[in-house]
Amino acid sequence: MAIPISHYLTVAAILFTLGIFGIFVNRKNVIIILMSIELMLLAININLVAFSAYLGDLAGQVFAMFVLTVAAAEAAIGLAILVVYFRNRGSIEVEDISLMRG
Amino acid sequence: MTVPLLVFYLFSAVAVAAGAMVISARNPVHSVLFLILAFFNGAGLFVLVGAEFLAMVLVVVYVGAVAVLFLFVVMMLDINFVRLREGFLQYLPIGALIGLILLVELFLVLGTWALSPAAIGVPIERPMPLGATNIEALGDLFYTDYFYLFQAAGLILLVAIIGAITLTLRVRPRVRRQQIAEQVHRREEETVDLRKVQPGSGI
Repeated sequence: MAIPISHYLTVAAILFTLGIFGIFVNRKNVIIILMSIELMLLAININLVAFSAYLGDLAGQVFAMFVLTVAAAEAAIGLAILVVYFRNRGSIEVEDISLMRG
Repeated sequence: MTVPLLVFYLFSAVAVAAGAMVISARNPVHSVLFLILAFFNGAGLFVLVGAEFLAMVLVVVYVGAVAVLFLFVVMMLDINFVRLREGFLQYLPIGALIGLILLVELFLVLGTWALSPAAIGVPIERPMPLGATNIEALGDLFYTDYFYLFQAAGLILLVAIIGAITLTLRVRPRVRRQQIAEQVHRREEETVDLRKVQPGSGI
């Protein structure tokens, strides 16, 4: 292999950290938070695929495929909830989402 | 420096830069477009390591479906995005601190990671078959060993479809829709009334 595995792990670590950072920085905007989660899932997939390739074990790629499936479902449901919430309240600020606080 | 290494650096640099732009762009539409760029470069990284099928799935599913869904929602909702960015600088220090701590932790884990000597002799569970393409090998696994999990993944997608539709379906009162079943079931004698009209007098 021309590229050492540590390179892939480093890129994945940086992308994952960017996702966490995005959640903290854009605390008000649910759409950006959802995108940050997608970014973190991409980082995890990079890790899974890199280990799968370097160990010669296909199970990692199978697992990455399942992660992709769940991520797509999560994005669809999350955005649907967001649309419904916007219809009811006219805002998507995270701080406004406090109906269950009582 | 070999060519794959250079290509790897290109892809990873663009992916990281696009990831940074996703969380810092002023306009959410730009965020979505940078997310698409990040996923394209992630797919490039997958191709470099020999996972062609996952790279194609990443492009088709993420760029083709999820990113378009994000774009659709961002454009459909009438949101004041300037107000949503108000706390950006306020949360920047704490976010940077937590991100830095996490990054340092991850690098500490990576720096000390090594393959255990006891694990070297252990046979690999699903070895990559020689001579088969990536898609063939994955297909062999999906439809044999992981068949039930594969079906479960399909079921998850089905649930997601039904959930998204039922969540966003809106029944509005006082909107007249076409009701095809009623139209089809209409019969001539119920709807058409023939009358003989005498000349000079109306009905």
